[in-house]
Amino acid sequence: MVTQITSFGRSGLYDWMMQRVSAVVLSLYTVFIIGYLLLNPDLTYDQWSALFEATWMRIFSLMVLLSIGMHSWIGLWSISTDYIKATGARFFFQSLCGLVMFVYIVWGVQVLWGL
Amino acid sequence: MGLAFLFYAFDLSLESQEGFDQVVNALQTNFLVKFVIWGVVSALMYHFVAGVKHLFMDMGYFEELESGRSAAIANIVIAAVLIVLAGVWIW
Repeated sequence: MVTQITSFGRSGLYDWMMQRVSAVVLSLYTVFIIGYLLLNPDLTYDQWSALFEATWMRIFSLMVLLSIGMHSWIGLWSISTDYIKATGARFFFQSLCGLVMFVYIVWGVQVLWGL
Repeated sequence: MGLAFLFYAFDLSLESQEGFDQVVNALQTNFLVKFVIWGVVSALMYHFVAGVKHLFMDMGYFEELESGRSAAIANIVIAAVLIVLAGVWIW
């Protein structure tokens, strides 16, 4: 049994499940945002910022931010473990992915709750 | 990759009225911005359709050769339609 330390969860099954859970969250958000933009063609700044001040939307958006992190880590991990055989290169690639994901999550939180 | 652009637009659009106007104006007039956002949305649409297909596959559908192949073709067709619609919407 290979002990995995770079995968998202401790077991492949956990990763498999979280990939699906995050996918559903992300797809709901995608449909919601595109629907919202389509239904509000002449959207105003006040309307748009009010949307993101609503607590439910902030909860949903934070869930999406975390789902982006999980979904992309699991996805890119399976790609990198398939294609990047050199351990050093693979580790560098995964670290880079982790860094970018962390930046996105913090950036998103900053946008929603920033000063 | 595409997320970098989306987060930037997200940040700018919520920062201030000026930022919001900048995003709206760019999306309406700037060819490069339109092209980039179309590319990002297209990639998302394809990924989205393929993802839905995978969820069905997890439930045991599209596992034989014929059903798998037709699902794959449907995936491409649906994604192509969404991509064209996105293009119409953006342009």
